[in-house]
Amino acid sequence: MTATESTEAATGVPFFLNGKSLTANKGELLIDACERNGVHIPRFCYHERMTPVGMCRMCLVEVDTGRGPALQPSCMLPVTPEMKVQTENEVTQRAQSGVLELFLINHPLDCPVCDKGGECPLQDNAYSYGPGESRFVEEKRHYEKPIPISDLVNLDRERCILCDRCTRFSKEVAGDPLIHFMGRGSETQVNTFPDHPFSSYFSGNTVQICPVGALTASPYRFKARPWDLTATESTAVIDGTGARIALQSSQDELVRVLGVDSEAINWGWLSDKERFGYESANSSSRLTEPLVKTGSGQTSDIGFAPIRWNNALARTAAALGANPERVGVIGGARLSVEAQYAWSKLLSKVALISNVDADLGDGIPADLALGLPRASIAETVAPGSVVVLMAGDPKEELPTLFLRLRHAAVEDGVSIVEITPRRTSLTKHAALSLHPRPGALGSVTEAMANGSFSGTVGGVEGSDLQAAAELLGSDRPVTVILGRANLAESSDFLRDAVQSILTIAPNAKFLPALRRGNLMGAFEMGLAPGFGMGGVPTEGGCSTEQILRAVVGGQIETLLLLGADPLSDFPDRALAAQAFDQVTNLIALDTFLSSSSTLADIVLPAAGFGEVDGSFLNIEGRLSPIQAKVTSKGQSRDDWLIAVGVAASLGADLGFSTLEELRIDLSANVASFSQVDWINLGRGDDGPLLDSTRDWSPEFGERKAVPAVDGYGLALVVDHKLWDLGTLVQNSATLAGLPEKAGLALSRSDFEKLATEEGERVTIETERASANLVVTIDDSCPRGTAHIPFRLPGFDVGELISVSSPVTTIRVAR
Amino acid sequence: MVATNAYVPHAAGYVDNDGPKIVTSRFLHEDSYTLVRALATGGYDGLKDALRRSPAEVAGEVKNAVLLGRGGAGFPAGIKWGFMPPVWPRYLVVNGDESEPGTYKDRLLMERDPHQLIEGCVITCYALGLNQCFLYVRGEMALAQERIAQALNDAYAAGYVGKNILGTDVSIDVVLHWGAGAYIVGEETALIESLEGNPGRPRLKPPFFPAAKGLYLKPTIVNNVETLANLPWLMVNGADKFRSYGSEKSPGTRMLAISGHVNRPGVYEVEQGVVTFRDLFYGEQFCQGIRDGNALKAFVPGGGSAPWFFEDQLDLPIEASEVGSQGSMLGSGAIMVMDETTDIVKACLRLVRFYARESCGKCTPCREGTAWEEKVLQRISDGHGRPEDLDLLLEIGQSISPGDYPVASFISEDLDPVPFPPKQTTICPLGPSSVAPITSAVRRFRSEFEALIPKSELISATAPTVGPDAVEQLEVSK
Ligand SMILES: Cc1cc2nc3c(=O)[nH]c(=O)nc-3n(C[C@H](O)[C@H](O)[C@H](O)COP(=O)(O)O)c2cc1C
Ligand code: SF4
Ligand code: SF4
Ligand code: FES
Repeated sequence: MTATESTEAATGVPFFLNGKSLTANKGELLIDACERNGVHIPRFCYHERMTPVGMCRMCLVEVDTGRGPALQPSCMLPVTPEMKVQTENEVTQRAQSGVLELFLINHPLDCPVCDKGGECPLQDNAYSYGPGESRFVEEKRHYEKPIPISDLVNLDRERCILCDRCTRFSKEVAGDPLIHFMGRGSETQVNTFPDHPFSSYFSGNTVQICPVGALTASPYRFKARPWDLTATESTAVIDGTGARIALQSSQDELVRVLGVDSEAINWGWLSDKERFGYESANSSSRLTEPLVKTGSGQTSDIGFAPIRWNNALARTAAALGANPERVGVIGGARLSVEAQYAWSKLLSKVALISNVDADLGDGIPADLALGLPRASIAETVAPGSVVVLMAGDPKEELPTLFLRLRHAAVEDGVSIVEITPRRTSLTKHAALSLHPRPGALGSVTEAMANGSFSGTVGGVEGSDLQAAAELLGSDRPVTVILGRANLAESSDFLRDAVQSILTIAPNAKFLPALRRGNLMGAFEMGLAPGFGMGGVPTEGGCSTEQILRAVVGGQIETLLLLGADPLSDFPDRALAAQAFDQVTNLIALDTFLSSSSTLADIVLPAAGFGEVDGSFLNIEGRLSPIQAKVTSKGQSRDDWLIAVGVAASLGADLGFSTLEELRIDLSANVASFSQVDWINLGRGDDGPLLDSTRDWSPEFGERKAVPAVDGYGLALVVDHKLWDLGTLVQNSATLAGLPEKAGLALSRSDFEKLATEEGERVTIETERASANLVVTIDDSCPRGTAHIPFRLPGFDVGELISVSSPVTTIRVAR
Repeated sequence: MVATNAYVPHAAGYVDNDGPKIVTSRFLHEDSYTLVRALATGGYDGLKDALRRSPAEVAGEVKNAVLLGRGGAGFPAGIKWGFMPPVWPRYLVVNGDESEPGTYKDRLLMERDPHQLIEGCVITCYALGLNQCFLYVRGEMALAQERIAQALNDAYAAGYVGKNILGTDVSIDVVLHWGAGAYIVGEETALIESLEGNPGRPRLKPPFFPAAKGLYLKPTIVNNVETLANLPWLMVNGADKFRSYGSEKSPGTRMLAISGHVNRPGVYEVEQGVVTFRDLFYGEQFCQGIRDGNALKAFVPGGGSAPWFFEDQLDLPIEASEVGSQGSMLGSGAIMVMDETTDIVKACLRLVRFYARESCGKCTPCREGTAWEEKVLQRISDGHGRPEDLDLLLEIGQSISPGDYPVASFISEDLDPVPFPPKQTTICPLGPSSVAPITSAVRRFRSEFEALIPKSELISATAPTVGPDAVEQLEVSK
């Protein structure tokens, strides 16, 4: 027993468990107190992360609180002093076996064909606590066998034991109350309402927590039996949250991802992207061998031929080694920290290339991500604190973080102040919602800082500015979630806003909302312009935008893509396209052929998700392990090994040839990693939070002028949706169809000016391009703005965006 | 001011007797439900009395009167009121969902004297220092709805409800709410869920004791219609006079709704603890005997949820603690009489079916257990019973209500009574209610069940036997 535990025990609640005198923590539920003391009480409806409901009655135990023994649901009962609990006496056993018999009378017992068979709490409890034989000879309840309740989830009502877990999760945790109890008595069923499918970004969690095989996920259905699965713990690399997961495979193929309950990060929950995105790893479109471009160079004639690794590495080395200042490197967020280190070392120490950027102009500048005082997720959502949201909708960009934020606002009295161009999924839980007109973020926050609360500023009422300033200036801890809420608006405004917020709340901390995988790791490893490893400022280096401009201007002729697809992801489509048109040498390290890597001269196939060992640095700076579960596809290689190979072709030695050696080298060269215990990383804990204090701070410089409002146009707001045309979604069979079609959304008043009907097509125009889009009314758009999501089928909104304009204004006509 | 009467009241109505009248004094007037009649017969005098006193004095009077709740559980209203923590807003919810099998006394109180009820509500709100009352009336009771609505409109107009009642600074709103037709919303926490707009499913107590965490999780008192109908009289006449009626433990009167095989069924207001079941069934003033001079076979003393009584209990005074100690409950005051011609298996099946159909489905033992009980009973009744089914029925009951289930004694068989209430594995008492008819009927009339079970040589031909094969047979033959 540690010191803290013994003081807890001293102040705890004494009780008797099966005659043994024990101590519970204050307020601890009996079911948990028993579990902690090694006595397991069977349960179905109870789930540690949800409000107990005491419905299934499986956890009944005999409890005497001084008024005589009575059967009580242990999941609803906080331990009280001197409580006497019998979990094994005859009364308890009879009650538990009685409940189990009743559960089983209508259960179809189709275990041999049930996905849950072998890992089923109902099976397990039936063996351990059940009566052994059924006395039920009547006709069982019948329902149509599985009905799809969403694109991803199927419901078999015959197997359902009505435990309220899925329904409670959808209401209480996800905030998507789309699955309900219907009917009553023994006719009660779980179902969705007609025309309201269970299309929640979090639907897969219900499959994981369903205690029987009533809910099954389309990607896993009939794929494997639990006893054929092997598992390893890893980290989701789909967004910057870094949710903890268990990877399961059968016959060397990934078949399932489950959420792991990490106190610090995801509490066991996952978004469906994190859960089902593994499908892409098994896709037949995966790159499996190095390729070289063939053909005349005309787009219509482009083809690829396989080449040997040696050859590919030599060509890559030649292209990188020739003329360092004429090389640009874009990407690196998909890589593990170790691979990022290897590439960073190769580029900075061997090839002496400084034009490196892991961000694609769609996130936040590296100095803001690296140099602002960092908040952990736990600090951000700590009860009673204030969260300022200056980022895209967390539900779309960082969905598991969204669940923590939602919980914080709904349950823990956290006040959310959102300063975003349009409403987000947190608006209904926010204390204040401010929606500055695009381009006005800096002036709005400046007015807050200056106390100029009269009239409206940038579309925000003075009273709201004042209320926000008061909340931020209160003595409650403030965390700013800092991200890119609008791709059609310069990130310079964000810098101005940070400066103002730091005047109101000098102790504010920041949580960078980086949606692209391991971008924090990439920044930390020096894959950022102006920064070396460990966030040390360096001289020079171009950002992605500058690299693309330099290609167009002829100063850069070689591009290396580290798992990046600028042609799709860089917000300004025209600039990216022009650069790719002009570039002389294009080398791509990738897992799939993307729009960008399809144009490459050399393609280096990289090992993908579930195929590599390494680690991941999430947005709060927590280092957690990524584990290989299956062999990499074809000849694809670990990203870091490719760096070692390129270095060798350049006649250099990076100083490591195994992952262990690499890690030793990394810890020796990057101060924040010097204490990392690589061997035990993430074993039994959530992984360490690395030191993110710097001996420098971001520079704020001149404030950017507020762009003039074009009275005839609408300011464009472009942001991300969870389901989009991204590589991962599109290569996951079950997810590929989920993105909705691109459309234009307007506020009601702007819509009414058009004198058209919802669902009709309208023409939109900028100086650059014009398009025809379906228009809808969307109350989340403030007046004067127009919303079009990024990377959706039907229209590439990047065509409208020019990174040289601080905001993008569009004209809309019928 | 004349209220319209678009419906014909149910024929089985109120029957007068010589006993004291606390809640039915206006019932014999044709226009008993109008404000005119109420005012002509002392209506709202109780409210005036109450408003002259402090809320604490009013609550104290109710406590002194030992006014037991008339909704079923019989908890003293004054003590319940004292459980409210000093938290506002707080609410009064009136339980007019009356759906317990055999019970129809609240309906008469609502149809025949809505002003008495409204007056009781306003007095209670005043005593509890709250100003929002919800009157939840069972959906099927159209006439009660209409009359309460009219009475409320009249009472608002006359200044007995609403802003600045009778010129004081007391303001109280009474909102009429129409139920949607489920027995379970009579249970107070399910009623609160329903009032909030959710499906009517009980909450768990603890932690959701309404007095602490009720409607919208605020302190809420739930009282039965009849309980509150006592208040106007109590205010005018005082606790001492109230306690001079009835017995020490159960002062005052009770509305008893008698149905079944008696010559004069109906609702009677009787003094508690004074009248016996024998008086009630055979007395000239009351039911005037069993029909056709038949013998009594069994009776249900307190609503369908109550274990049955037999001739042995006829001389028990009609009083909650007496009935409780003898193995049943006075519950909702609904007494159902079965004469010797009654088909006990059918009667049992009928009651069990009610609970199976009305189970809300929230907890496993009741959801699955009651449906199973119904199926087995139906099978027996259809002539496909198996010898082991009777013990199976009792065993299913054990999974819902473990331990000795309350039963009445019958001296002839030298059996001791098991006092009320039963233990339960369920969330609310609905599940255990289904066990009452089974335990009562199977223990006392086992032979009548056995008579329906085919002789052993027939069993295999007509009914499946236990075990996996049987299950297969059934599924295949579906
Ligand atoms: C299944 C069930 C049904 C009930 N139905 C009613 C009812 O119809 N009317 C009623 O007043 N009380 C009913 N009750 C009792 C209420 O829960 C509650 O105890 C009562 O309304 C309290 O009022 P009282 O204290 O004035 O009796 C029922 C209880 C249960 C468990
Ligand atoms: S579907 Fe599963 S999780 Fe949902 S209520 Fe049924 S058994 Fe519980
Ligand atoms: S006992 Fe029956 S009615 Fe009561 S909560 Fe359980 S299922 Fe619902
Ligand atoms: S686990 Fe406690 S009642 Fe279901």
